Amino acid sequence: MSFAWAKPYEPTTALGRWMDDRLPLPRLVYGAIGGGYPVPRNLNYLWNFGVLSGVFLTIQIITGIVLAMHYYSFTGGAFWSVEHIMRDVNAGWFLRYAHANGASFFFIVIYIHIFRGLFYGSYKAPREMVWMLGLVIYLLMMATAFMGYVLPWGQMSYWGAQVITGFFSAFPLVGEPLRVWLLGGFAPDQAALTRFFSLHYLLPFVIAGVVVLHIWSLHIPGSSNPTGVDVKNEKDTLPFHPFYTAKDGWFMLAFLMLYAAVLFFLPNALGHADNYIEANPLATPAHIVPEWYFWPFYAILRAFTVDFIIPAKLWGVLAMFASILLLFFLPWLDRSPVRSGHYRPVFKRFFWLLIVDVALLGWAGGSAATPTVVAVSQICAAYYFAHFLIILPLISKFEKPLPLPSSISASVLHGEEEESAPYGLAKSDNA
Amino acid sequence: MATVEQADPLLKEGDGQEGVRRRDFINIAAVSFAGVGAAAVAVPLVRQMAPPADVLALASIEVDVSKVEPGQAIKTSWRKQPVFIRNLTKKEIAEANAVKTSDLRDPQTLAERTKEGKENWLITLGVCTHLGCVPLGVGEGENRGEYGGYFCPCHGSHYDTAARIRKGPAPLNLAVPEYEFTSDTVVTIG
Amino acid sequence: MVRILGFLVGLGFAGVLLISLVTNLAQYISEPPAPTAEHEFHLHPKEVSFASDGPLGKFDRQQLQRGFQVYKEVCAACHGLQYVAFRNLEDLGYNEAEVKAIAANWQIEVPSINPDTGEAATRPAIPSDRFPHPYANEVAARAANNNALPPDLSLITKAREGGAPYVYSLLTGYQAPSEKLLEEFPSAAPGEGLHHNPYFANLNIAMPPPLTSDGQVTYAEGNPEPTVEQMAKDVSAFLIWTAEPKLESRHRAGVASLLFLLVATILAYMSYRNIWAEAKRKVAPKGPLDPEHMAHREDAKADAAAHGRGVEG
Repeated sequence: MSFAWAKPYEPTTALGRWMDDRLPLPRLVYGAIGGGYPVPRNLNYLWNFGVLSGVFLTIQIITGIVLAMHYYSFTGGAFWSVEHIMRDVNAGWFLRYAHANGASFFFIVIYIHIFRGLFYGSYKAPREMVWMLGLVIYLLMMATAFMGYVLPWGQMSYWGAQVITGFFSAFPLVGEPLRVWLLGGFAPDQAALTRFFSLHYLLPFVIAGVVVLHIWSLHIPGSSNPTGVDVKNEKDTLPFHPFYTAKDGWFMLAFLMLYAAVLFFLPNALGHADNYIEANPLATPAHIVPEWYFWPFYAILRAFTVDFIIPAKLWGVLAMFASILLLFFLPWLDRSPVRSGHYRPVFKRFFWLLIVDVALLGWAGGSAATPTVVAVSQICAAYYFAHFLIILPLISKFEKPLPLPSSISASVLHGEEEESAPYGLAKSDNA
Repeated sequence: MATVEQADPLLKEGDGQEGVRRRDFINIAAVSFAGVGAAAVAVPLVRQMAPPADVLALASIEVDVSKVEPGQAIKTSWRKQPVFIRNLTKKEIAEANAVKTSDLRDPQTLAERTKEGKENWLITLGVCTHLGCVPLGVGEGENRGEYGGYFCPCHGSHYDTAARIRKGPAPLNLAVPEYEFTSDTVVTIG
Repeated sequence: MVRILGFLVGLGFAGVLLISLVTNLAQYISEPPAPTAEHEFHLHPKEVSFASDGPLGKFDRQQLQRGFQVYKEVCAACHGLQYVAFRNLEDLGYNEAEVKAIAANWQIEVPSINPDTGEAATRPAIPSDRFPHPYANEVAARAANNNALPPDLSLITKAREGGAPYVYSLLTGYQAPSEKLLEEFPSAAPGEGLHHNPYFANLNIAMPPPLTSDGQVTYAEGNPEPTVEQMAKDVSAFLIWTAEPKLESRHRAGVASLLFLLVATILAYMSYRNIWAEAKRKVAPKGPLDPEHMAHREDAKADAAAHGRGVEG
């Protein structure tokens, strides 16, 4: 898109020109997040969470590298080294709390980012690849977070590793050998801890690589927007810099206040007390729960309690994997030509129902498995699958969307002359 | 934010010069403030590499030297570095005092390198001042070099009975750590 | 094709879940789960506050010293403090010489090696040592305690739900089981070597009441009366410190960071408004094109058409 203000990059200094001829990195940045990237002018604050997730990835990588300078990936010393960081390393407590809570905040941001995409149909053509790469990032994040939680070698670390690798043993024949291979032993031990540390260090850089692809694929069609209407002309857009850098900047600082409040005043609120007890392979905690961001999936896993043709455990594991994998097919499950949920009255209602449903699943996953909790997770898990696999395709077939604005500018700029006679009315009556 | 000034055709015509400057001030203030914040966050990231509290707590040790006979030396560890504690014989003290300090590469007398009343106790770091090897001469029968003190096998530095550099590439005498005798037989190093 | 397959998969998972649900409900109705003693009689920690609570909380050093005294005289015989070093006691307001004396006189010596024979030996502790374990290993600890393992206390206020109030409640919560409990759940009566404590998860704890009488520990002049409540509160406060010795720096850094971020956010917001003022446009789809508004119009048009006052278009 070449708009008047989206001028091609022009280096102003001699050094800039020299650089541009040899390694046009500034040109790349200018086109990606500078004045050269045209962005729809009507983005709301939900669109800030993309940049924000990049911020948290950076926080995690930096604090993680630094913590790795003090951490021992040794079963006899891992827990000790964490306490050493907390007590003796200069500013160690800050770095560890920043990393542990940073993981939670990364997931908060990512969940808002994902649900924003779900509501505004950001997964639809031509952005399917953006969506799928985003899901790959999400899967990598889950693997990274799980392995990171094992590293302090507390009780929850150990039993989390035991339970999660236990998923694999649900598969017939190959399951148990696969689990033993993954752990390098018959239970989580030194071999597992060392490989988890190695991969926990590696995966964030893989994530960063996929983030580059995610942004690259986004820049082909350009950003979506709350109306879901395509950009039609220059008036619909603003340059990323300075408009969205300013908006992302202030919102990032405001969000960091929330992060700082938790980091400094409630640093253990999102964790679990049992992880301050060193791992003990001979005693299971009363109530094993994963970190909060896995609760909905944990609820789906536990919801299957009947051996129907195949064992309940295998149903649970398959459903848990399916609950994420089905999102890859979303662009083809929801065929409505309208992107934004604002113009889809039926979809909108079911979308809010989905939010409630996932919240309930989260609550169920974090609670002890009483009959009520299990019943709630069964109803909610059933709705989860029905929502994506049955309801969405049906809605997209039968729903009558509301009329769309003719362009982004039309939705946001009704000029002064139209102020007296409302814009939309004047237009449709004359048609 | 220079780009704001140059780039924006959406800027309404006729915005007063003064207004623009006042507004730019806010942008500059915001960016500089955020910059200060980023710099403040860098402090813990740098500081974490400095020695942690448990390492600093081991910065001083106590050594019992009652079993070291004249002519013997022991090697102990202080701050993860070797320390040589030698009980000099009368002969060794005399040899060290016989040298003219003006002839030395790093002029120091034996008295300057020991404590008053405890001239026979020579306490030095066992780290060659050339490139940090551990010199020989503490153990029985080890090569003590041409001057009867210590000998560094890495690049052939010879130290005399007061552990002063006499020959070879090392520029300085073996360093004397801070120490004091807390009793007749106990020395606190560091 | 994707949608047909998806439909079948969705139907499959939802179906099995509903079968599970119905089966469970049937089971629940046919044999409702029996209530448990833990569920009925377990109590949540008492309300108790500490000087270190809240975002501006600081330790009360006098209290920490008293708590340390209680730990030393009552708890230390069985419970270790393996992540805390004697040198850390300087945080409580002891000076270097006092810390040295505390370490040297500690009732348990630090394992070492006899320099002449190489045999295992012990030596008095020095400030850089961490508190020595009261037992050589877990087997020894269990053997000495009727097969119960006294947990290390360094992290106890972070390692238990409820934190310091839980520790306080546990220490002051020993009591005879109520008649109601014994009547409803005869099996919940404390067995041999166990003690009833409603604040403990399964109501029966192996630890005998550690604080039994007022004045068990003698506090120095100018301190409050050493009642059981006071001693329990002091040692809980001390254990907050052992679990989170950097709490005060954390609170200070938190206040500073939030203030800084607040100013930075306000400045950045003003800068944002300033930059966007130049775009001169509202950004949200409000006004006549608000989708809600559009929906009303569509309804009104349909209504009008139905009454024959049709507006075409």
